[in-house]
Amino acid sequence: MKDEVQTPAERTANLKGMGTSRKRVEDVRFTQGRGNYVDDIKMDGMLYGDFVRSPYAHARVVSVNKEAALAIPGVVAVLTAEDLEPLGLHWMPTLAGDKQMVLADGKVLFQGQEVAYVVADDRYVAADAAELVEVEYEELPVVVDPFEALKTDVVLREDLAGQTEGAHGPRKHHNHIFTWEAGEKDATEAVIAGADVVAEEMVYYHRTHPCPLETCGCVASMDKVTGKLTLYGTFQAPHAIRTVVSLISGIAEHNIRVISPDIGGGFGNKVGAYPGYVCSVVASIVTGKPVKWIEDRMENLMSTAFARDYWMQGKIAATSEGKITGLWCHTTADHGGFDACADPTKFPAGFMNICTGSYDIPTAYLAVDGVYTNKAPGGVAYRCSFRVTEAAYFIERMIEVLAIKLNMDAAELRRINFIRKDQFPYQSALGWEYDSGDYHTAWDKAMNAVGYDDLRAEQAQQLEDFNAGKTRKLMGIGLTHFTEIVGAGPVKNCDILGLGMFDSCEIRIHPTGSALARLGTISQGQGHATTFAQIIASEIGIPADDITLEEGDTDTAPYGLGTYGSRSTPVAGAATAMAGRKIRAKAQMIAAYLLEVHDDDVEFDIDRFVVKGAPERFKTMKEIAFAAYNQAIPGIEPGLEAVSYYDPPNMTYPFGAYVCVLDIDVDTGEAEVRQFYALDDCGTRINPMIIEGQVHGGLTEALAIAMGQEIAYDEMGNVKTGTLMDFFWPTAWETPNYQTDHTTTPSPHHPIGAKGVGESPNVGGVPCFSNAVHDAFKSFGLTQTHMPHDHWRIWKTANGLGLHG
Amino acid sequence: MIPAGFEYHRPADVASAISILKQHGDEARVVAGGHSLIPMMKLRMADLAHLVDLQDIGEMKGIQVGADTAVLGAMVTQHEMITHEGLAAAIPLIREAALQIADPQVRYVGTVGGNVANGDPGNDMPGLMQCLDAQFELAGADGSRTVAARDFYEAAYFTARDDEEILTRIHIPVPSAGTGYAYEKQKRKIGDYATAASAVLITMDGGTCASASIAMTNLADTPIWAEAAAAALVGTSLDEAARAAAVAAAIDVIDPVSDNRGPVDFKKHVAGVILRRAIDRAASRAS
Ligand SMILES: Cc1cc2nc3c(=O)[nH]c(=O)nc-3n(C[C@H](O)[C@H](O)[C@H](O)COP(=O)(O)OP(=O)(O)OC[C@H]3O[C@@H](n4cnc5c(N)ncnc54)[C@H](O)[C@@H]3O)c2cc1C
Repeated sequence: MKDEVQTPAERTANLKGMGTSRKRVEDVRFTQGRGNYVDDIKMDGMLYGDFVRSPYAHARVVSVNKEAALAIPGVVAVLTAEDLEPLGLHWMPTLAGDKQMVLADGKVLFQGQEVAYVVADDRYVAADAAELVEVEYEELPVVVDPFEALKTDVVLREDLAGQTEGAHGPRKHHNHIFTWEAGEKDATEAVIAGADVVAEEMVYYHRTHPCPLETCGCVASMDKVTGKLTLYGTFQAPHAIRTVVSLISGIAEHNIRVISPDIGGGFGNKVGAYPGYVCSVVASIVTGKPVKWIEDRMENLMSTAFARDYWMQGKIAATSEGKITGLWCHTTADHGGFDACADPTKFPAGFMNICTGSYDIPTAYLAVDGVYTNKAPGGVAYRCSFRVTEAAYFIERMIEVLAIKLNMDAAELRRINFIRKDQFPYQSALGWEYDSGDYHTAWDKAMNAVGYDDLRAEQAQQLEDFNAGKTRKLMGIGLTHFTEIVGAGPVKNCDILGLGMFDSCEIRIHPTGSALARLGTISQGQGHATTFAQIIASEIGIPADDITLEEGDTDTAPYGLGTYGSRSTPVAGAATAMAGRKIRAKAQMIAAYLLEVHDDDVEFDIDRFVVKGAPERFKTMKEIAFAAYNQAIPGIEPGLEAVSYYDPPNMTYPFGAYVCVLDIDVDTGEAEVRQFYALDDCGTRINPMIIEGQVHGGLTEALAIAMGQEIAYDEMGNVKTGTLMDFFWPTAWETPNYQTDHTTTPSPHHPIGAKGVGESPNVGGVPCFSNAVHDAFKSFGLTQTHMPHDHWRIWKTANGLGLHG
Repeated sequence: MIPAGFEYHRPADVASAISILKQHGDEARVVAGGHSLIPMMKLRMADLAHLVDLQDIGEMKGIQVGADTAVLGAMVTQHEMITHEGLAAAIPLIREAALQIADPQVRYVGTVGGNVANGDPGNDMPGLMQCLDAQFELAGADGSRTVAARDFYEAAYFTARDDEEILTRIHIPVPSAGTGYAYEKQKRKIGDYATAASAVLITMDGGTCASASIAMTNLADTPIWAEAAAAALVGTSLDEAARAAAVAAAIDVIDPVSDNRGPVDFKKHVAGVILRRAIDRAASRAS
C-alpha cells in the first residue's frame, strides 16, 4: 500500500491540518464571480421593496399620501406604520432591550429613517414610486450632541415618556438610556486623590461605520401553501434571526427557514435586525410572493448600524516612578435615536470594562451613560468584540498621556506596568479573568524587530532638522500593546435577548472516509470552510480537502449564535474540536475491535489508530469509517457522526504589540505611514496565511478609521459623509505595507488553544496609528487631539502649535 | 441610487446629435463617459428624459499632435491622453495631470470633453486647459465656434456652451521646447477631487522667466487662471521673492468653500503650499 511508505511528516502534510497555510477553498468561486450573494437570488414573481426615508433628523410626520405612488403601474403596495400597527409590527424589539420603529410612527428621529415601504414588480418602478410618496413633516429641534441631549428639554423618545426605568436600570433624564458601572468608584477616586501623578484627558472615539462591501438586504418568501417562510439575508447570526422573527411575527419557528448565503463582509453591520427585513417579510406574507430588498450604499451609511461614538473622560494615576495605581473612566455613549447596540444583554456598554488593557492596574472604575440623540441607531462591534476597540483606544491613549506627564518613554512605561506572565490567570480590577498572556516577551520582540532605540534616535535627528528649517516633516512613532477579549461567551453571563452564546458543530463521516461538517456560525469572508476543516483534519485524521463545510442554513446547521466579536474560532472552533473528539473516541473503539485489542491498547497517530508498541498494526480513519457503517460491531451503533454544543468556560484574550512609524507633512497635513509592524498572539495558529490576511484587512480598516473614516453630522442632523467620496475607504494606494509577526500563547481552556484573531488588528491598529500622529507633535506640546486624523485635522494641530510660522 | 427612466439615443454623427438636442431642448443631455453624469442621474439630481450617447461619433475621437497645436477629440479618454506618446512628448503636463485623476477604471471611460464641459469645479482638466490656453470648439445647429478655456467657465455647472451645442474638439498650443511644467494636487485618497490643485507652465530665457501660466483647481466655483500670479514670475530669475509673490497673488484670487476636506483657511494655506511646489517643480524642469 502506498500509505505504508509515507513518512509521518508526509501523512501530516497530506491532512493540511492545523498550522498549514492551506489555500482558501472559498476563493475558487469568489475569484470566478461564482459567489452566491443575496442580490444574486432570483425567484419567480419576485417583487422589490424600496424605502421612503426621512430627509429630517427630527420631525413629526403629519401625513403620508400614497396616492400618486400607487397610481404607477407595477406598484403593488405602499406600507406605512399604520398598515403595520394591526400586526403589532410597526415597532420591533432591538437587541439592546429597547424598541425601534419599523416605519415612522408619528415622528422621525434621524435622517434616513424609514417612513414608508414601497413594493413593486420592478426595482426601477419601486424607486420611481418612492419618489412620489408625499410626506408632510413638521420639523422639530434637532439634538446631535450627547452632552446637550442630557440637558435639553427636547424629548426625543416620546414613546418612553415617564419611564424612569429602562432595560438596564434607572434613566436619569428623558434622553438618557442607562448608566452602567464596573469597579470601585470610591476606592478609585481615593487613589487618584492621593496619587503622585494624575493624567486626565477626554478621549473621543468618533462615530464611524462598518461599511461592508456588500450592503444589507434580504429576500423574504412566504409559501402560502406550506405555511413556510424562507428568509434569505445578509445575516451574521441566522439562527438568532430565525428565533427573533418567530418571536415577533408569531410564525412557529419550525416554519421559518433562514438562509445566509455568501456574505460580502459584515463587520458587525449585519448582526442586528433592520426594518427592511420586517417590511419584506410582511410584504411577502401579504402578497404571497417573494420580496427582495437591497439597500444602496448611501442608505447603508446613513441608516444601518454605525460604530463607536464614545466620549471617554479618563484619569490615570501613577507613582512618580511610573507604576500605575488607578484608572477612572466616565463614558458618554451616543446611541442615536434608538438603542440598537448588539451587545450581550448584561453588557449594555459591551466589554468596555476591558479598558484596563494589558496593565496590572489594582484599582479602577468605569461608568457609561448611554444617550439618545437624533442620529442613526447602532453602536455595533465593527471588527471588534463589543466595545473593545473603544476600550483599547482609551487605555492606549491614557498610557501615552501619562508618559508625557511623567516625562517617561512610553515603551518603558508599558513594560513596567504589563501584567506579568506569572500573574495569569489574572483578575482585572474591572471584573475579567484574563486566561493567559506573555506581554513582556511580545513587547521585547516587537521593540527589537523595529529597532526601537534607533527609531527614537532618528526621530530626534529629524526633529532637529525640522527646527533648523531643513525639513517640513515630522516623524511619529506609534506604540500599542492591546489585549482583546473575545469569544462571547459563557452562557452564565453572555446572552443576546435571552439566547445563550454557545456555539455548535455537527460532523458526519461518510463511509468512504470523507466528511460533512456544519456549524452555527457564518463566514463573511473569514474563510471558515478552510480553517474549520483544518481543525477537523487534525482532530480526526481526515484530509481537510475531503471535508465539506456548511453554515448559514437554519434547516440544516445546528443552532448557534453566529459570527461577530471574533467568536467563531473560540466558540464554534472549540465545538468543532469537541465534535471531532467524540468521533475519534468512537473510532478508537472501532479500531480496537478491528485490531482485536482492548480500547486502551490503541492510540491515535495522525490519520489512524495504531496498536501501542506495534505501529505496523493499524487501521486508518478511512478503514474505520467504512467499518463504522458496514460491519456489525458488538455494542457499537452503526454510523460515525457527532454534534457538539460548546459553552466556553471563559472568554479568550488575544493580544499584540504594534508599532507604526509615519511622517507628517505639517504644511499639508498629510501623513505617510512608512512602517507598520504587527505582532499578534492569537494562541494556536490554525492557518497562518488566513491569519495574515485577517491582520492585513483589519489594519487597513484601522488605518481608515484613524486617518479619515467617519460618519459626520452637521448641526441639523444631516449626514455629511453619506457617500464613498467622503467616507474614507482606503484603496491599495493608501494602504501601507505591513510587517506581521507573532508569538504563541495558547489559551489554557480552549480545546485547541486558539483565541481568535480577525478583530485584533482593528483593536490594536486604531490606537497605533493615532498614537503615531500624536507622537509626531509631542515635542511641541500636544497631549491629545481627536481622530480621524485627516489632512485638515492634522494641519489644524500643526497650526495650533504654531508650526506654520 | 436608481435613476429615473429616460430614452436613449445613439447618433453616429455630430449633426444628428445636435438635432436630437434641438428637438428635446433641456429635456436632453449628451453623455460621454458618463462618470459624472450617471452618478448625478442615480442621485436623481439630474433628471433627463433623453440621453444622447456620443460614443459612436467618430469625428469626436482621436488625438492629432502638430508642430504648433495638438487637437483632441472631445471623446478622447483620460486613458488615451496618458498613453499617447506623441502627446506626452509635446505636452507632458497633460499626462502628469491626467494621471492624478481618479483611478484607471474611471480613466478608461472618462473623456476630456466630459471633463471640461461638465463645469464641476472639482474637475482637473478645466484648470489644466486654462493653463495651456486651450480653445474649445463648439458645434451647434448654425455651425461651429471657438471659445477660449479661459473664457469658458461662468459658475459651477454654468459655461459659455449653449444647451444645444456640443463640444467637439479641443485645440491646445504646443508649448515651446524647454518649457517647465507641473501639475500638483492634494487629495484625500485615490478617486477624490482636489483639496487644492494647480497647473504651472514656465519658460525661461537665459536666467529670466520669459513667460508663465498658472491655474488653480477646486478653489472657487470655477477654475482660476491666476494671471497676476504668473505675472509675478515673468521677468524675474524665479528667486524666492518672486515665487512668494506669485503664491500670494494666487491666494488673493481664489475663493474656496468649506466642505468635508476642510474649512477655508486650511484650503487657502494648502493652495499656497501646492502652488509653491508646482512652481518649484516647473522651474526645475524649465531650460
Ligand atoms: C470615482 C470617481 C473619481 C473621479 N475623480 C476625478 C478627479 O480626481 N478629477 C477629475 O477631473 N475628474 C474626476 N472624476 C470625473 C471623471 O474624470 C469624469 O469622467 C469626467 O469628469 C467627465 O467625463 P465623462 O466623459 O465621464 O462625462 P459625462 O459624465 O458623460 O458628462 C459630464 C457632463 O458633461 C456633458 N458633456 C459630456 N461630453 C460633452 C460634450 N462633448 N459636449 C458637451 N457636453 C458634454 C454631459 O452632458 C454632462 O453634463 C471622477 C469620477 C469618478 C466616478
